[in-house]
Amino acid sequence: MATRDKDMADLSVVGQSVYRTDANPKVTGRALHVGNIEMPGMLHVAVLRSPYAHARIKRIDKAKAEALSGVAVVLTGAEIAKMPGVDAHFGPAFRDQPILAVEKVCYAGDPVVAVAAVDRRTAEDALQLVEVDYEQLPAVFDVLEAVKSDSPFVHEQHRPAKAFADLAHVKAGRQSNICYHFKLRTGDVDKAFAEADRVFEDTFSSPPAQHVPMEPHVTLVYLDEHARLNVWTSSQSPSYVRTELSATFGIPMNRIRVRVPYIGGGYGAKLYAKLEPLATVLALITRKPVRYALTREEEFLTITKHGVVTKIKTAVKNGAITARKCEVYWDTGAYAEIGPRIGHKSGYTSAGPYRIPNVWIDSYCVYTNRVPAGAFRGFGVPQVIWAYDSQTDLIARALGADPVEFRLKPALEEGEPFATGTLVHSFGIKEAIRQAAQAIDWTKPRAVQAGTKRRGKGIAAGVKAVLTPSISGAIVILNADGTANVLSSTVEMGQGSETTLGQIVAEELGLSVGQVHIVQPDTDVTPYDTITAGSRSTYHMGNAVRMAAAKVKAALCEVVAAKLEVAPDDLLARNGRVCVRGMEERGMTIGEIFLAKFGSLGTTLAAEAVCQPTAAHMDPETGQSEASRGGGMSTDRRPHGPGNRPVGKMHGVLVSFGHRRGSRGRYRNRARRSSATHQRRRHRHGDQSETL
Amino acid sequence: MKREITLNINDRDETLVVDDAETLLEVLRDRLKLWSVRESCGVGACGSCTVLLDGRPVSACLLLAVRSTGRDITTLEGLGDGQLLHPIQEAFVSERALQCAYCTPGFVLSVKALLDEIPNPSDDEIREYLSGNLCRCAGYADILRAVHLAREKISRAPVKPE
Repeated sequence: MATRDKDMADLSVVGQSVYRTDANPKVTGRALHVGNIEMPGMLHVAVLRSPYAHARIKRIDKAKAEALSGVAVVLTGAEIAKMPGVDAHFGPAFRDQPILAVEKVCYAGDPVVAVAAVDRRTAEDALQLVEVDYEQLPAVFDVLEAVKSDSPFVHEQHRPAKAFADLAHVKAGRQSNICYHFKLRTGDVDKAFAEADRVFEDTFSSPPAQHVPMEPHVTLVYLDEHARLNVWTSSQSPSYVRTELSATFGIPMNRIRVRVPYIGGGYGAKLYAKLEPLATVLALITRKPVRYALTREEEFLTITKHGVVTKIKTAVKNGAITARKCEVYWDTGAYAEIGPRIGHKSGYTSAGPYRIPNVWIDSYCVYTNRVPAGAFRGFGVPQVIWAYDSQTDLIARALGADPVEFRLKPALEEGEPFATGTLVHSFGIKEAIRQAAQAIDWTKPRAVQAGTKRRGKGIAAGVKAVLTPSISGAIVILNADGTANVLSSTVEMGQGSETTLGQIVAEELGLSVGQVHIVQPDTDVTPYDTITAGSRSTYHMGNAVRMAAAKVKAALCEVVAAKLEVAPDDLLARNGRVCVRGMEERGMTIGEIFLAKFGSLGTTLAAEAVCQPTAAHMDPETGQSEASRGGGMSTDRRPHGPGNRPVGKMHGVLVSFGHRRGSRGRYRNRARRSSATHQRRRHRHGDQSETL
Repeated sequence: MKREITLNINDRDETLVVDDAETLLEVLRDRLKLWSVRESCGVGACGSCTVLLDGRPVSACLLLAVRSTGRDITTLEGLGDGQLLHPIQEAFVSERALQCAYCTPGFVLSVKALLDEIPNPSDDEIREYLSGNLCRCAGYADILRAVHLAREKISRAPVKPE
């Protein structure tokens, strides 16, 4: 990838504060959401869920439900399993999640029977008429119990999905609840512990929590006039949804069209496939449009973040950390979802952003009979930071050291190797610790009494892995009037990607942000993108659109260079023109260039680019990496402007810190999560920190 | 039981036949396609379906349509003149007080009711008044600033002759 030698000072659009390009539709309530899309004859879905955490399905009687007026279909998992060419199970790491439970249920809330009917109430009424007999099975709810050899097994065997390159190494398994094990061994941990002045051993547990996107999951599926599968869905991963539906139903990829309009929050809950497989099978059977929308209660029964138990043992000699041994147990619930990726990418950060010569990590992704767990604001990293940096505090206190100074000393420097051997680049952890300490007046007295509340101070440092290998493709189409359309599968879910990508293209082509339109994800036209998650879009998709725009600009410059008899390198794009650097009155408008090139103004100039940073060649067994580029960590050094500043996202990240404590779900009898929003307290005005 | 009712929504009378069990939210969204009114929790806890009933914010998911007759119902579609943004909306845009914005219509209407009731609210009064509206992208600090900016914009606005 070409390096960019421009300084911030040379940039005219990037770095400027601009209004969000999605502000008007959003502030007027006119923004398109999946829930606003209606189709003639559309059916609505209601789902009967298991009351038991682990049970065999003995009998399902659905005759009465089928007879109810307005009911189009009542479907069971056994029927899906008999459909020719259909895989009854899906999942991004393992194909372990049934579209509807087949033979047994694995958590309280597992979908068992689906009804599609003329309206939601009829569908719900029909569910009341379905009878299911279960035979309860022993269940396991505790991640440490689940790894024991005498634990009940949630699944008899584990079938890898092979959908993502970074998960190609997950293995088929059986007779265990551990579906993925990441190991890292650096140095000689045992020797370091034997020689240590002091050894600290602690266990930290972090509970599951639900994302609670204000818009619950919603999907609309219909077959078009070519009988092609059309999917409108509130998803963070449209490209993956297409791949998953193709694999599950054996439908060619060009006969599946996945579109994502604005989505009402995701935070990881809307990654991978969720409602799409069930809505698809119902649309295929009924040949009618099908809308499947979760209630808030169902949201709690669909996905959570991982509850995690982390055991950390740390050796200290001469006041410095010499070894750290981490055992991380990720409770991935009844279905692995993206747990193995989290167990891997967050597992290998579990010793922290510190220079520790001897590191031993075992990170286990473990099935239990609980709600499936997946990505949530930080991909598992907040859970391990909570563990290792709580222990860092305990050690600092025991040694009588200042928690800030104690962190600064071993904090990794630019270019140093991380525990995996990867060299860290663009790594500003020391500066971040210093600035954070300064921002909270670290050296001033810590505890403040305000009425009945006491406010303390604390500091923690964390490091997050990036998702590699990771791919973003984009197409930039320049119109003859100097406007551009950008085809990108990045989902605008509040983070401001539409504005950011618009700024980047505008910068490259010398346009204003208002002249660039970002086309929303539509797999018929927008190229592949891995996912909208993991803080990857500005980097990956940002570079893809920039490179595509650069190709378009090069084509413009070629025409201008020939016309004006100057070298293409001497040209720059600015204010809708391509002109000679230093003599900006000498140049051509985009319209003039199009006329010169095509002899017509109705034409377009398009280019595609793919951003696929060099992946670290990492041995999944050892965590040892051979190349570092793209596998390192970065701090954002070039904000794209306060208008879409990362600050908004930072507010959200701060709120998610509260999930360590505030929004713990209660598991009542039978391990069903107590659900509706009113039973718990969500973060409200006044709960959030005021300064950033 | 079904019955015919007339609702005054955004200064227009709408006559329709509804079931007694239908909520105002269902009527506004499913019948009248007023998409700014959003269902999120369905139990009156999150404020996403906030509408103004005689100027007071209510959760449309908790109110039966048949109990809403004879009242002035305002949704976000009825705020302002439909062309230019209302000063509260302008303030939300300038202060970037929206991210995914699923909650935004509810917030804007709650702020409208707040500023009608308390023209010059303190930070604590704002937080208290808006505590029934949840935002999961966590725009609270920005929303607080937007309320203050909206207050300034409205107090500077010329008074309309009656």
